[in-house]
Amino acid sequence: MASPDTAARPRAGASPPTPTARPKRRPSRSDAAYWLYLLPGALLFLLVIGGPLVYTGYLSLTKWSGVGDPTFIGLDNYRNLLTDDVFWTSFKNTIAMIVAMVVVPTVVGLLLAAVLFDTIGRRFRPRTAAALRAAFYLPQVLPVVVAGIVWGWILRPDGALNGLLDAVGLGALSHDWLGDPGTALPVVMAVMIWVQIGYPVVVFMAALERVNPELYEAAEIDGAGWFRRFRAITLAQIRPETFVVGLTCTIAAMKVFGPIYALTRGGPENATNVPSYFAYFTFFKRLNVGYGSAISMVLTLIIVVVAVLFIRAQNRAERRDGVL
Amino acid sequence: MAVTLTPPRPARRRTPDRHHRGATRWIVLVLVTAAALAMLVPFAFMLLNAFKSPGDYSTNGPLSWPTEFYTTGLRTYWEQVDFPVKLWNSILISGSVAVLAVVVSLLSAYALGIGRVRGRLWIIGLFLLANMLPQEALIYPLYHFAKEAGLYNTRLAVIIIFTVIQAAFGTYLLASVLGAFPRTLLEAAALDGAGRWRILWRVVLPNIRPTISVLLVFFFIWTWNEFLIPLVMLIDNSTQTVPVALASLQGDRLMDAPTTNAGALLSLLPAILFFLIFQRTLARGITAGADK
Repeated sequence: MASPDTAARPRAGASPPTPTARPKRRPSRSDAAYWLYLLPGALLFLLVIGGPLVYTGYLSLTKWSGVGDPTFIGLDNYRNLLTDDVFWTSFKNTIAMIVAMVVVPTVVGLLLAAVLFDTIGRRFRPRTAAALRAAFYLPQVLPVVVAGIVWGWILRPDGALNGLLDAVGLGALSHDWLGDPGTALPVVMAVMIWVQIGYPVVVFMAALERVNPELYEAAEIDGAGWFRRFRAITLAQIRPETFVVGLTCTIAAMKVFGPIYALTRGGPENATNVPSYFAYFTFFKRLNVGYGSAISMVLTLIIVVVAVLFIRAQNRAERRDGVL
Repeated sequence: MAVTLTPPRPARRRTPDRHHRGATRWIVLVLVTAAALAMLVPFAFMLLNAFKSPGDYSTNGPLSWPTEFYTTGLRTYWEQVDFPVKLWNSILISGSVAVLAVVVSLLSAYALGIGRVRGRLWIIGLFLLANMLPQEALIYPLYHFAKEAGLYNTRLAVIIIFTVIQAAFGTYLLASVLGAFPRTLLEAAALDGAGRWRILWRVVLPNIRPTISVLLVFFFIWTWNEFLIPLVMLIDNSTQTVPVALASLQGDRLMDAPTTNAGALLSLLPAILFFLIFQRTLARGITAGADK
């Protein structure tokens, strides 16, 4: 998966309001004609997104197994969530997913992109940099479930990782990596770093293309070392892309489902459970639709809040810098 | 998937690099190459074991070179899941979604970006938020309604759902692209007597074709890789997609390690194929958003 969100998205708020640009000879009568074009999109939206979201909100206030009629129970589901250990564990694991899917890939991706672009792309042939970039990006291309299944096998007790450890004489370290609650979460995090790393590398390398090379040359002449150039030029110039990567990866991390399903199904003992898997399990395995809806609504709310905070931080940073 | 490195040569256009840089850059190259090769190790493991017989695997383990070139694993998986059907389902679903979602996005974005209907910023914000929603917040009602409507376990249900989900993003993107569409072109067409419908297809569409092709590719690939909704909605062999088929066999005892790897190999081949075909489009798309 490249989770769908991890491919490029434009900068949030990229459509500035231009109230004065409205042509005068376009009276409100023509407004009505344009509404017709919005109709198919709006109807489909209400049918597939708006309606179901509101219905999930309603269901979160009920007790329902999926058959018969839902019984209204007010906020009981939410009250139960507060004392549910699995719920808290799943949100704690979301933080681990953010570390593995946002923090580490962004930091490492920045360094890798700068090294690939600056050192390797310019000191060696650009094709070398492109080939290396492709290697980092490859995991982003496959369906994330496929990646999960390959890794699931590698990490099995009789899988390739233990085989490798045996072969180099470290057989004592052999382990049921995903079956032990102590190692499952770190191992899942490592897999997610592997899955995710290529996205920031590719976005940041593309971003560096538009940085004026004279900036680097001037800095070099002034005697600035690699790290100072990285900090003063690279980081400053590609901040918009850093925001995009940060926002899209954070949302993807909070929604992560496929890899957890393929690797651990949230186990062992909920050590790798995340809200989206917890909701899925509650809906379809425990048939507790009301409770599953409450989990989903809390997750939705958190995602919306985080997204709004991100976009506001970005706007504030842009305003501080003047027009970027 | 091995990446062959062309033997690196020092860049000629530079003035001779001074002193220390010579050695450092080689160390950097070696380190980054080692990291890149480490990224490929899982693929190497998979290839190595996809062509191994189960007996070979259990006696010699996952690291040995296959004793024979064993393709029965691939054939077993192919037949067991009826792979051509899965492939067709994935192509049908992803292809229909890509086209339909682009059409719906274009129509909505025409009203928002060019028609500038009242409240458009709120509407665009709504589409943007819709794009961020976790699918868990929609899945149960969708599952329930689909059952009531007789659409459960049909590819049509999945096509409709993803058309809307992808169109939410497409509308957001195209609305901002069309917001910057040159007014003079529109006015010239209007003077020539073209109506709105005609302007959309004859003036607007040809001018944003590159963006449209990026969207088509992204929608196709995103839909191809989707998992939760197809997992819930498609429950039998005749409707499932490639990723769901692999995941649902995973729990089976029938799946020995070589078959698992053969299945994974077959399932990722189409993805790698698209990647190779659309590499340029994708690179363009990745920068499309951030470019000013």
